Amino acid sequence: MDSPSRPDGDARTRRGPDAGGLVLLLLPALAVVWVLFGGGLALGLVQALGYLPVAGLGELSWGHFARVLTDPDFIRSLLLTFYIAGTSTSIAAGISILTALLLASLVERSRVIHFMFQVPLTVPHLVIAVAAVFMLAPAGLFSRAAVALGWIQTSADFPLLINDTWGVGIILTYVWKEVPFITMMILAVLRQSGNALLDVGRTLKASPWQRFRYITLPTIFPAVGAASLIVFAYTFGAFEVPFLLGRTYPMTLPVWAYKNYSDIDLLARPEGIATGIVIALVVMLAVVLAQMLTKAARKRGVIL
Amino acid sequence: MTRSVRRMTGWIVMTAVGLPFGPLILWSFSERWFFPGLWPQAWGLRAWTYIASTAGMQVMAAIGHSVVVAAVTAAIAVAIGLPAGRALGLYTFKGKDLVSVILTLPIIVPPLCVAMGLHLWFIRLGLAETYAGVIGVHLTFCLPYAIFVLWGVFSNYNPEFEAQARSLGASRLAVITRVMLPMILPGLSVAALFAFLLSWSQYLSTLIIGGGRVTTLPVLLFALMGSGDRPVAAAVSLVFVAPAFVALLFSARYVGTRSLTGVH
Repeated sequence: MDSPSRPDGDARTRRGPDAGGLVLLLLPALAVVWVLFGGGLALGLVQALGYLPVAGLGELSWGHFARVLTDPDFIRSLLLTFYIAGTSTSIAAGISILTALLLASLVERSRVIHFMFQVPLTVPHLVIAVAAVFMLAPAGLFSRAAVALGWIQTSADFPLLINDTWGVGIILTYVWKEVPFITMMILAVLRQSGNALLDVGRTLKASPWQRFRYITLPTIFPAVGAASLIVFAYTFGAFEVPFLLGRTYPMTLPVWAYKNYSDIDLLARPEGIATGIVIALVVMLAVVLAQMLTKAARKRGVIL
Repeated sequence: MTRSVRRMTGWIVMTAVGLPFGPLILWSFSERWFFPGLWPQAWGLRAWTYIASTAGMQVMAAIGHSVVVAAVTAAIAVAIGLPAGRALGLYTFKGKDLVSVILTLPIIVPPLCVAMGLHLWFIRLGLAETYAGVIGVHLTFCLPYAIFVLWGVFSNYNPEFEAQARSLGASRLAVITRVMLPMILPGLSVAALFAFLLSWSQYLSTLIIGGGRVTTLPVLLFALMGSGDRPVAAAVSLVFVAPAFVALLFSARYVGTRSLTGVH
């Protein structure tokens, strides 16, 4: 979901093929991306602006966007989506900082821990959402454990964690998926920055807290920020987890967009696409912010 | 940091990562597991035999659909992505940043938006509800992802070997098949594996473009979760997650400890 950070850092400037040769190498890939991705977005925009295939190209207008943006359901969905993406990202970022600091040396040395860290990155979201149902549902494993421990009598006593108001199941699923990603980004920075500054801090008699607050935190902050923004962008636009674990009302924005898109009422379709474009814009904004953060950090000399 | 704290953190990480797989494995081998039993009341292989039986044909069919779509998507992504990755990894040129942005966007923007836009056009072209259409929409993010991996591969690649081979009289084709491909094979495999995995995990864009006709594994899994047959849903989930572990083991073996951040 992100661009692995600039692998070309040391691309040696060598006498390459001429411009024509480069174009030949790049053209097929760029053409496919342009036609399918760019075309898909452009066609979506045209449809959201009111182009109906049956009626032919009529007036283009912002009407669908206006109707979507003023719909109270849209506002509720937007708030819910911001809440879920924001909460899961903040929790994941906090856990990641802790894990990265505690595990910095362990991840380097232990292949098993390193391997375990990669697992959540590759496992599909849907599988974890299914596992979340099995664990967190009223008759799930945690509820059974609570009964066994004598904390509750029936499944009805168990707090609602799936299809609930606060999206607990959704947030937990995302945290599980996101922590390794943010932790990895922090560990990369810690690995490159070394211990020199911390040693200086120690010779100046800085306490562990002071060393964390004034040395480590400023060093890792850009990485935490950039990784969190990327993860926020991802969760903001993701569909499967809230679709399976969320309530039927209000829905997150991607679920709402799809519901409108697949509505039998064909007039709801352009509004679904318009919602999709709003999602794309929010996501792109978050990614641009992440890039700006990275650039600013590089200027300040923080390695990222 | 004391050793015991570090060791405890290690165990917490292992437990947290392993936790979701426990219930999936238990459910897939359970025959009867009523509330509030903490353990299945009866064990059995019903779910697994169901998957392999004719009654469960839909499961095998879904695995087939998923494998075909993901394999073809990965093959195309690597074939088209290889030259692009080479250009980006070996040479600096004007407009490289722009190319990088163009390739980053499809990885970030949710496929939902693209699939909704493409749908109408694909209906016109007769690509809706076909393998080709689903592969097309998967390519929008699998191809850029493969290019980024191959970009990394080629920035660690020394083309001097090619020059040497050519000076010894190797043909252009021989240089590619006998020098370049063997040298980049591990990286190339990782690119293919993760392109496969991205396509394999995809749900919504498959549903929109495939229109329920291309029932890949995730599409079936959603239906199963709706039907409430938990053992079968658990077993299918485990089948669904298997390629991720294969990819991980492979890359851990061949790429060493190079991180795989960026796969989602």
